[in-house]
Amino acid sequence: MKADPNRVLTGSHYLDGNHACAEGAIAAGCTFFGGYPITPSTEIAERVSRRFPKVGGVFIQMEDELASMAAILGASSGGAKTMSCTSGPGFSLMMENFGLGIMLETPCVLVNVQRGGPSTGLPTLPGQADMMQARWGSHGDYEVIALAPDSPQESFELTIHAFNLSEKYRMPVLIMTDECVGHMTEKVVIPPADQIELVERKYTKKKPGEAWPYDPDDDGISPLLPVGKGYKFHITGLTHDERGYPVITAKAHEWNVKRLMDKVNDHVDDIIWLEEQDVDGAEVVVMAYGISSRVMQPAISRARKEGIKVGQIKMVTVWPFPEKRVRELAAKVKSLVMVEMNLGQVFLEMDRCAAGKCRTHLVGHFGGTVHKPDEIYDAIKEAVK
Amino acid sequence: MATTEIRITGFGGQGVILLGYIIGKAASIFSDQHATLTQSFGPEARGSACSAQVLVSDSRVLYPYVTAPQLMLAMSHDGYATHKDSMIEECTVVYEEDLVKPFDHGPKAKTYGIPATRFAEELGHKIVLNIVMLGFFGAVTGLIPHDALRQAVETSVPGGTEELNLKAFDKGFEYGMELKEKGEVKV
Repeated sequence: MKADPNRVLTGSHYLDGNHACAEGAIAAGCTFFGGYPITPSTEIAERVSRRFPKVGGVFIQMEDELASMAAILGASSGGAKTMSCTSGPGFSLMMENFGLGIMLETPCVLVNVQRGGPSTGLPTLPGQADMMQARWGSHGDYEVIALAPDSPQESFELTIHAFNLSEKYRMPVLIMTDECVGHMTEKVVIPPADQIELVERKYTKKKPGEAWPYDPDDDGISPLLPVGKGYKFHITGLTHDERGYPVITAKAHEWNVKRLMDKVNDHVDDIIWLEEQDVDGAEVVVMAYGISSRVMQPAISRARKEGIKVGQIKMVTVWPFPEKRVRELAAKVKSLVMVEMNLGQVFLEMDRCAAGKCRTHLVGHFGGTVHKPDEIYDAIKEAVK
Repeated sequence: MATTEIRITGFGGQGVILLGYIIGKAASIFSDQHATLTQSFGPEARGSACSAQVLVSDSRVLYPYVTAPQLMLAMSHDGYATHKDSMIEECTVVYEEDLVKPFDHGPKAKTYGIPATRFAEELGHKIVLNIVMLGFFGAVTGLIPHDALRQAVETSVPGGTEELNLKAFDKGFEYGMELKEKGEVKV
């Protein structure tokens, strides 16, 4: 399915990451946005609120973040493509209902424009310290999909991709951007609508009375039921069976949770998106995501000019973590380096997967500003020793 | 890779951010360059000193903040004084001469002043002082083509104010060219 030309601002624009993200959502067919303003994410909500009256869609400023997350789950269950945006403190408040979205298997997109934490921390300055919260912030066992844009252009493109993944896998998808990307203004090229491919929501082909909300196809994904068409569409955060009715047994729980895990784990090759450069024959491979994968470039170029065999992996998806690829590389390289604007979060996953087969280095940062290229260069020099 | 790092400073309300936006847009949309704009967002961005950073390059800008700025556009003395020491020795300072009293930047620096607020008032509204500054900057630095800057002004200012803003741009540009002709600009 192609995007609706009325919703796509085809052309070259000078936009910041937050505005570009809003345009991505609109192009992807988002017609419901429930949110609560918080720096540095508010421009996403502002732009959506100004654009929806022109292109169609409902924007509600909710009373808080708990309600925002609940609203986008409800509207999505009603058939809309939905989104919300927030930053650290709001993200914390959304975690309970984010878990509800995982359990209900509700397609929606949640954007976290990360700032410095803990608590209210640095409202106006960047961080990447919510990455483990994105992975484990709600209770229970589950898998997540999280994307990290490095520019306004990617904020546009990855927002569309996030909607597509959420529809394909029937689950909430996270965009983990940050204040730097959100507030950086740069050229954004929005293609014609017929060049934007959208994933349509998969609805059941069965008749009312024969279809259940959790009745997976061979791919492990359960088609949704259209509301208002005579289907019994019962959903609950309690452990449930295929009918969506609570069943409080160990057996039902295994069936329920296993599906939540498998639908991501069985499709990691489709979901994981890495951009690799000069990795073959490298002695050191530097990994990063989001803005950190951008500011590491000058350091890597400098090291390569000096003859250091350094490769790089930009993780467009951070979750699910590319375990297989890191295990392969750990057996070949001298060192793996993780650059991230926190004190070691995704690094822990890299270190776990390296399993002692190579050295691992963290180029951490407290946040508030992005890494200086020199810090990354120094780490590469250390890693190649 | 040639990158020019630009720091823009002034008071909140002078149009510091819009000035940065137009420079970046002119470079990346109407000229074949790359440009990022970042801006101060904290309490410091409200009311008093306000600052924006624009990096203009012939290839993708990878590090979007100034580290050793070559160019400064100064519209308030406080903002100028705060950031002047970060400038490189061979810097260019373009300033509003009734609002900024430049220090001695040494023999390698170039400093160009314009009474932009007075010009803006003569044109009808001092609110366009930032666009007078933009035209002046365009003429004395030659960093971004005249037509690209003018197109960026036309497509960035609020609807209905295009004519006033373009006049402001032309005034600043002409003043810069006059200085050039008198040999007062070394470029």
